[in-house]
Amino acid sequence: MNARLIIAGVLALASAGAAVAAVQVYAPSRSDQTWSSIRDGRYLARAGDCKACHTAEGGKPYAGGRPVPTPFGIVYSTNITPDPDTGIGAWSEDDFYRAMHDGIDRQGERLYPAFPYPWFTHMTRGDVDAIKAYLDTVKPVRQVNRAPELGWPFSMRSMLAAWDKLYLDAEQFQPDPKRSAEWNRGKYLVDSLGHCGACHTSKNMLGGPTGGKMQGGMAEHVFAPNLGAGERDGLGGWTREDIVEYLATGSNRFATAAGPMSEVVQASTQYLKQRDLEAMATYLKSLEGPKAGTPGTPDRDAMRTGAALYVDDCAGCHMDNGTGLPNVFPPLRASSAVQAAKPDLLIAVILEGARSPATGAKPSGLMMPAFNTKLDDAEVAALATYIRNAWGNRAGPVSEGEVGKLRSTLASAPR
Amino acid sequence: MEQRENIGPGRACTTERCESPSRRTFLLGGAVFISSSLVLGGCGGGGSTRGSAAPRFLEPGERNFVRAAIDRLIPRDGLGPGAVDAGVDVFIDAQLAGPFGQATGIYMQAPFHLGDKEQGYQLPFTPAQVYRLGIQRVDQHCRKTSGKAFAQLAPAEQDKVLHDLEDGKVDLGEIPSDTFFGLLWQNTREGFLADPIYGGNRGFAGWKLIGYNGPRYNYLEHIDQFGKPYDAPYVSLGGRNPVMCRLSDSPTGRFRGPGCEYAQIPARLHYDALTTTTGKVWPAGNL
Amino acid sequence: MARKLPEVDVVLVGFGWTASVIAQELTDAGASVLALERGGWRDTVPDFSVTHIQDELRYAVRKQIFEETQRSTLAFRNRPGQLALPMRELGSFLPAAGVGGAGVHWNGQNWRFLPSDFLLRSHNEQRYGKKAIPADMTIQDWGITYEQLEPYYDKWEYLCGISGKAGNIGGKIQPGGNPFEGPRRREYPLPPLKRCAATVLFDKAAREVGFHPFPAPAANTSKPYINSLGVQMGQCTFCGYCEWFGCANYSKASPQSTILPVLLKKDNFRFRTHCSVVRVLTDSTGKRATGVVYVDPDGNEYIQPAQVVVLCAFAHHNVHLLLVSKIGAPYDPRSQTGVVGRNYAYQLSSSVNVTCKERLNPFMGAGALGQVVDDFNGDNFDHTGKGFIGGGYIALWNTGGRPILQEYLPKGTPKWGSGWKKALHEDYLYSTHMQGHGGMMSYRNNYLDLDPTYTDDYGNPLLRLTFDFYDNEHAMSKFLTDRATEIARAIPNRGINPKPRQGHYSIIPYQTTHNTGGAAMGSDPRTSFVNPFLQSWDVPNLWVMGSSVFPQNPGYNPTGTVGALAFWAADAMKRYIRNPQPLVQA
Repeated sequence: MNARLIIAGVLALASAGAAVAAVQVYAPSRSDQTWSSIRDGRYLARAGDCKACHTAEGGKPYAGGRPVPTPFGIVYSTNITPDPDTGIGAWSEDDFYRAMHDGIDRQGERLYPAFPYPWFTHMTRGDVDAIKAYLDTVKPVRQVNRAPELGWPFSMRSMLAAWDKLYLDAEQFQPDPKRSAEWNRGKYLVDSLGHCGACHTSKNMLGGPTGGKMQGGMAEHVFAPNLGAGERDGLGGWTREDIVEYLATGSNRFATAAGPMSEVVQASTQYLKQRDLEAMATYLKSLEGPKAGTPGTPDRDAMRTGAALYVDDCAGCHMDNGTGLPNVFPPLRASSAVQAAKPDLLIAVILEGARSPATGAKPSGLMMPAFNTKLDDAEVAALATYIRNAWGNRAGPVSEGEVGKLRSTLASAPR
Repeated sequence: MEQRENIGPGRACTTERCESPSRRTFLLGGAVFISSSLVLGGCGGGGSTRGSAAPRFLEPGERNFVRAAIDRLIPRDGLGPGAVDAGVDVFIDAQLAGPFGQATGIYMQAPFHLGDKEQGYQLPFTPAQVYRLGIQRVDQHCRKTSGKAFAQLAPAEQDKVLHDLEDGKVDLGEIPSDTFFGLLWQNTREGFLADPIYGGNRGFAGWKLIGYNGPRYNYLEHIDQFGKPYDAPYVSLGGRNPVMCRLSDSPTGRFRGPGCEYAQIPARLHYDALTTTTGKVWPAGNL
Repeated sequence: MARKLPEVDVVLVGFGWTASVIAQELTDAGASVLALERGGWRDTVPDFSVTHIQDELRYAVRKQIFEETQRSTLAFRNRPGQLALPMRELGSFLPAAGVGGAGVHWNGQNWRFLPSDFLLRSHNEQRYGKKAIPADMTIQDWGITYEQLEPYYDKWEYLCGISGKAGNIGGKIQPGGNPFEGPRRREYPLPPLKRCAATVLFDKAAREVGFHPFPAPAANTSKPYINSLGVQMGQCTFCGYCEWFGCANYSKASPQSTILPVLLKKDNFRFRTHCSVVRVLTDSTGKRATGVVYVDPDGNEYIQPAQVVVLCAFAHHNVHLLLVSKIGAPYDPRSQTGVVGRNYAYQLSSSVNVTCKERLNPFMGAGALGQVVDDFNGDNFDHTGKGFIGGGYIALWNTGGRPILQEYLPKGTPKWGSGWKKALHEDYLYSTHMQGHGGMMSYRNNYLDLDPTYTDDYGNPLLRLTFDFYDNEHAMSKFLTDRATEIARAIPNRGINPKPRQGHYSIIPYQTTHNTGGAAMGSDPRTSFVNPFLQSWDVPNLWVMGSSVFPQNPGYNPTGTVGALAFWAADAMKRYIRNPQPLVQA
């Protein structure tokens, strides 16, 4: 029996009339406070990586304020600590579920889909309640939410109703009886709680999902690679064990998490149970990849310049033949991130450097330096073109313009 | 807390390379892969560097002395360019104008005694002052003995003066002549053999002479190729076509002295690097 | 007015190798630990990045990763009675400033001392008689044995990922290793580094003349490595920029590459940078340290109270702090009383340049890529009739081919002009050198005290170093150089150039940063400042780390023993924290 029922029951014995008021005073906004519910909620909050978005740099955990860039402007994450005035302390479980399931807040305002309710909508009520139970235990922080900075017409929240009509499939997850329990668990974790598709599925002009599921999309400024099949740019060559190792430790024999994914592993997936990671891997391995296109032919001069820059600047860690070093430096040869349909991630890593997640299993948080001060746009383009087409790699060439554009985007990105 | 080390946005870069990625392209007329060492060599009266990039200490007469002296110390000959061709005077000038020449970070507290030679440098002069006084007095010495400034002497006469300096035989007042010579020779070697980003070793003159291909980071596949030449193209920290970096003092004072802040890294990456699983930010000089 | 800060359990002065080891161990034991570092924060990226670290002028020549003398230096003289003058420029040795300390810029030459090294006086007296030790030679036993330290050597080597070949496992001599080393419990964590042309030539020549060469133990990883704390290390790629540089690809053991990724995540560990500790505070009895005083870059003073104070700074700096804090009796060479500043020693290195017939490509190297002969170290050979005790190793280190400073030309090469140019042109790719790396005994008149004239940036008197080489060292160096010359002659060569160390010690040319002593360890409080657990005899909650506790300096690089002693002392500190008493009764 949970605490709320006990309180309610005791008060009901005293006076039915007073009980209603008393419950409203003591408990209406509190969720199920059992230990197991809080523990589950903590696990689920980690799996959903709530903290990553709902904590600003240098800010208090879950107090929001982190800018989330969208193609339409900047949306700031909200305070989800239990502060009653500025956080969600006054929200009931129903309020919280409505936000997670329908994308509508306690005041009835529609939320911007930068908050991944189009994925959370599939979660079970029990899981959502557990997350609320956990969030009620974190330290309340008084911090007023920051208004989004969006241009018209996106600043009109009424627009969002239409968006939801178009794109929101507000249905709880229904297991596919033809698939194994493990596959279904994996799908649940990937498609609802983990909201992997928020980055890894491409979006259209309106920010709605488009194209093949998990076949690559934009994560803030960089391309989140295809997680479907695909020998070059997808997970076709990865075994289930490879996927599990990547999510649990931040790297495997093919890749090391970089950019936003480094944060995801460090804050979220490294804490997931082995069987959940295995379930996610099973589900991911069942996904289809995009139709393989024919990449353009790289320019010979660019390849020559790129090869020279590679020997001069990259071989110290990634080795002469792009193999990297096991457990230390990621290979570039046969790397899906390197051969992704869009080269943004590769360019961003060359420009800004990268840091592998510091996980329990691999604590070092090894770093790659930024080359933005050493290499100009043409050099980065040549280098990226070379890396995408050396040692048996094959992917479209990179232009100087692409590098320049990403360089200025990254330079002006909110920090 | 006051001791917090700012390693983020404070690491502003003060070199021309770092100010704007497109600047180099602009300077080289858009042809990024044209050898900038040619551009360096090409702009005006031998050895000058581009525009105002190189800070200056030497007066024109002093510059003439240095050019004449280094031309004897490392002459152009059948083996290739000498110190002047390699821009060593540009290097020395920039070094003297910078923290090295100004003895930044060096203990200069009085009293000064010459002491024994084992006790090291004890003059009350910065390296720049040693050059200024030394050049003046060597020229005085030359005028007294030959009626000409050092730069005007014939090469063989110059060699004799240099040997006398080296042997401590010339009276330069407070400065022992072997100390002056030692500094000049040390800086000449440095300029000939240091990375070209410092203005000397132009066109990899020094490294080509000896067969050092420049700094590369991975010889794993080459180190046990015993006796075989390693023939990769010459490279500098500034790439295969390096330009000279301006001397810089970083605002944080972390790297006082010459050089580019190549390793500038975006603040965001720093922050990520410093957040731990417990939410603690390190390296935090907090209490 | 100094601001008083909240107390911590343990305060560490300095944040280099020993502080990192102590902090890691004591935080594991639950203590709250704070490290105070006079330099700045440094990490592989961005500070040692592949984008810029291979800069000989900036780091090795202009010395930008070392302590600046303007802030603190020492005054030097060769003998008592001489006027000591400040070391205005760094030269002979290079103390670090910044997180990681000298652990950032070392070569990675990592050794264990010989069992007989720890029993230097008693061993030599027993073998050669008391008369073999001159009256003014103040050498002494360490108060611990090799066997006691062995588990901690092992711990250190598995932390750092040492590449090497064992020569003696549990008393059984192993082919390919150093047959003279003390018994070790197991093999090195990593196999030896690949060899380069020069070390292959050395190995062959040394065998020919009847010596026993082996691959040097290296803190440069021969393979990717996961260390004993789970920290990931790269593989050395022989870039040739170890010594005086930080490592860009996580392949040289340093605090940053082995401990800090784990240590810095702990909530009971803190550190502050740009904090210069200027005083250790004691209570009115003088028997208890109460904390330290430090100064920030703005000149503000802070009092940091602590239950335990550990001096983890550079060897000189530890002794300087003791002297200015008036802790322990300062050493007086006339009466030969007092312990602080006593038994300062150093290293005596000499070299033999060899210009080989074979192309060497010297620039492909690593700080500890070397082949070594240990036949003439310590008491590995009979000294009867030799006129000296002690010894050193002979090594061919191929640390790199950095063009400004690594010039090893044949004898008679003109110093400048076309002749110099020609020699450099013909010989750079073919030249190498061997090092005779000799130990140094301690002497009555080699010591540290405070200078009466010169002061540092904080107004404290400079440390004064009185130091010279003695007959024993000159004889030893000549012997070692002669043996190295024998090896050199056996290498097909176009010229050799032996350079024995002669005359007085000079502060000018770089020799080694292996400065030792001044706060010696030992089992007699009249001749040692710390007991065998590195705990002060006088002030039991004050501990001293690093080579300042060496009673004299054996013929090896010190870092391996410094690391092992730190682990050894950390174990003792854990016992002390549970029961704060002197671990040895004076």
